[in-house]
Amino acid sequence: MGVAGHRSRERASTALSLGFVTAFLSVIVILPIAALVWASTADGSAGFWDAVSSPEAVAALKLTLAVSAVVALINAVLGTITAWVLVRDDFPGKSLVNAVIDLPFALPTIVAGLVLIALYGPRSPVGIDVYGTRVAIGLALLFVTLPFVVRTVQPVLHELDAEMEEAARSLGAGELTVFRRIVLPNILPGILSGVTLAFARAVGELGAVVIISGNLPYRTELASVFIYLRLQSGDRAGAAAVAVLLLVISFAVLLAVGGVRRLATRHERA
Amino acid sequence: MSISIRGVSKRFGDFVALDDVSLEVPTGSLTALLGPSGSGKSTLLRIVAGLEKPDTGVVRIADEDVTAHAPQDRGIGFVFQHYAAFKHMTVWQNVAFGLKIRKLPKDEIRERVARLLELVQLAGLADRYPSQLSGGQRQRMGLARALAVDPKVLLLDEPFGALDARVRRELRVWLRRLHDETHTTTVIVTHDQEEAMEVAETVAVMNRGRIEQIAGPIELYERPANEFVMGFVGSVNRIGDAFVRPHDLELSPVPNGTTREAMVMRLVHLGFDVRVELVRDDGQELLAQLTREEAAALELAVGQIVYVRPTRQTTFAG
Amino acid sequence: MRRARRHGLRSIALGYLLIVLLGPLTMVFWRTFEHGFGRAWDAVSDPYAVHAFELTLIIAAIAVPANTVFGIVCALAIVRRRFPGKGLVNAFVDLPLALSPVVVGAALFALYGRGGWFYGWFSRHGIDILFALPSMVLATVFVSVPFVAREVVPTLREIGDDQEQAAHTLGASGWQTFWRITLPSIRWAVIYGVVLTTARCLGEYGAVAVVSGRLEGKTETATLRVQDQYENFNLPGAYAISLVLAATAVVVLVTMTLIRPSRGAEGGTGFVGGAPGSQERTA
Repeated sequence: MGVAGHRSRERASTALSLGFVTAFLSVIVILPIAALVWASTADGSAGFWDAVSSPEAVAALKLTLAVSAVVALINAVLGTITAWVLVRDDFPGKSLVNAVIDLPFALPTIVAGLVLIALYGPRSPVGIDVYGTRVAIGLALLFVTLPFVVRTVQPVLHELDAEMEEAARSLGAGELTVFRRIVLPNILPGILSGVTLAFARAVGELGAVVIISGNLPYRTELASVFIYLRLQSGDRAGAAAVAVLLLVISFAVLLAVGGVRRLATRHERA
Repeated sequence: MSISIRGVSKRFGDFVALDDVSLEVPTGSLTALLGPSGSGKSTLLRIVAGLEKPDTGVVRIADEDVTAHAPQDRGIGFVFQHYAAFKHMTVWQNVAFGLKIRKLPKDEIRERVARLLELVQLAGLADRYPSQLSGGQRQRMGLARALAVDPKVLLLDEPFGALDARVRRELRVWLRRLHDETHTTTVIVTHDQEEAMEVAETVAVMNRGRIEQIAGPIELYERPANEFVMGFVGSVNRIGDAFVRPHDLELSPVPNGTTREAMVMRLVHLGFDVRVELVRDDGQELLAQLTREEAAALELAVGQIVYVRPTRQTTFAG
Repeated sequence: MRRARRHGLRSIALGYLLIVLLGPLTMVFWRTFEHGFGRAWDAVSDPYAVHAFELTLIIAAIAVPANTVFGIVCALAIVRRRFPGKGLVNAFVDLPLALSPVVVGAALFALYGRGGWFYGWFSRHGIDILFALPSMVLATVFVSVPFVAREVVPTLREIGDDQEQAAHTLGASGWQTFWRITLPSIRWAVIYGVVLTTARCLGEYGAVAVVSGRLEGKTETATLRVQDQYENFNLPGAYAISLVLAATAVVVLVTMTLIRPSRGAEGGTGFVGGAPGSQERTA
């Protein structure tokens, strides 16, 4: 079993594992996505355009993008504050709070929707009823996107050299300046990747919003619900068209996150 | 711009970092805080900077009570052991930072930064990022950055500790020359006794949260206040209650009155000096230091028997 | 001044968490037992509910091992092998993290539904994909593809292949090396990834809702049943099943928190690890 034997065995096992990976990914991910793109053009590009530009579709898409953007921004601010408090502050029960942050990941989205309507719906114990409103959608999306910015900012904040802040203070910078010129530029990549992930998650959410939003067309119907309803009524091409739009957004988000990472490490490259 | 420290104490939980420490640093001087780790020297420096708050005591800078002031209001310059470079800014931006936030006019900033970069010999590297610089270059940048704001006092926390020996020596010389030029009141913290003696006019030796002695290098060496100072500032032989410096041990080839017999265990040739490790007839280990000529004259070799006695010794009361 | 600001920030963060997260959660407990323990118990023990739980577990029992094997093989290929198209593999593995579950469902419709590429073959052989278990499994596997791979890749990178090289020089075969050296060294990453995958599978709603047809007693998972009960005005029923799911989620969180020290991860449980594609660092 000489070197040649070993080399060819290695090549064989590479081929085998690559074959398995390709086959699995193809069957599970790539083929369905390809079929979706194909199906969206089933009625030709005119059909695609019609499906995507119908008033209801446009309304749903606009609402989805707008609410998701707002939610992403709220996350940027409140998520960063939460991460700051978790990293820099100390109080009894902090580790419990830290663990709870991940709950929206572990909890089924439909349950999230249910509990939100329990507290902020028609039989609300605190008297707040936002059922059927865009505020309800925002609330539901805030719930499911809560962990994103917090979890992407935390490690960056943790790694931050506290002495840089001390240096800035010794040079006369006030606390706000220290945050603005020293902390923020260094945690910005963390914030940005968290925000883009949160945006993608919000755009695609179904379970959390399907109950509390009421799904009223042109008012509280999101793109995900629109696709769902189109599929149920048999308009697969129309559903596929709008779904492809969301797919494009997802790919764009992945690219953005990759770009953010390159941005973050640019100072380390000679 | 003098510094006055009176009665400063600080504990971290149960650990007493500083115990009623007082020190006066005259305007324009270069003072070293020298001591082993845990002696409290960095804590003291950070208290002067305002990066820590003392439990008791008063800190005055340029005759103003700054004990309650934040670091940004004290007019200090601080240099960190690990540089604390703003890694997302270029060298130029790092040095200009203090000036930018003081909203100085752009031309003035440009002129001052250029001048400072000349001073620290980083002029060609203005557009580089800290990650692209060597340790020594980063620290020079740190110094330029601290000096840019014309601080009343310059505080250096083990500034050369993270650098290799040769760079350390170069920067020591360079710091001394810089101080001769700028005359900024400077305090440097170090655990390296050689560094303190070489750079500073006055050295405050610290141990376990207290100042043991404040004096110039020569006095520290010749007239140490206690056994800690004597042992820390230079090597010393402890013979019973007496302390003898290696170069105060006289070696002769034949017995001579009060000499004791000893055997040479090891010879270390350190360039101009020769270090001789001996064991006396009663088992006491000794370290002697001779010049090359003296060693040659004695024809020293390992295993040789010589006769040794102290020409000078110091004892401390109590 | 500092202290006031610290308390202020703390209040904002905790208040935010209370309104968005904790407040709603406490409601589950209350609403479940509002009408008595009996009704709650009925809701989780009636045959359709039991079937729903069983179905959820069956799907997870297929999807989790499948993705575990895939995740390990894929991670090994990405870290240890050179091949063209690594970026694409990374992108597709990460895609489910950014993709809407409804799009997943629509894609499966496009592939296996009438007019889809695979429709002909399966219908000729009398195999139902959509509105049946197969599509539900496929949907669940799709959405949970990334987790094991993303956990194992950084660990493999960190460990390096020194140990494996040593094993080879001592005469171990590829399989022996994998089983005795590689696998034990990534053990905690795999366990962690499996926990994340399982949580994702148990909680999946959107993609399965689209492809399953939600037929009570046939293609209704636990999450789908929650919606069904709500729409049929059996609120205590919906809350009861939600409570079971929420309790499972808490168990998952606790498990992850306990395992985390072995993983050395800082900050969170790893659903949001580094940025996606963070596997793709320069070697």
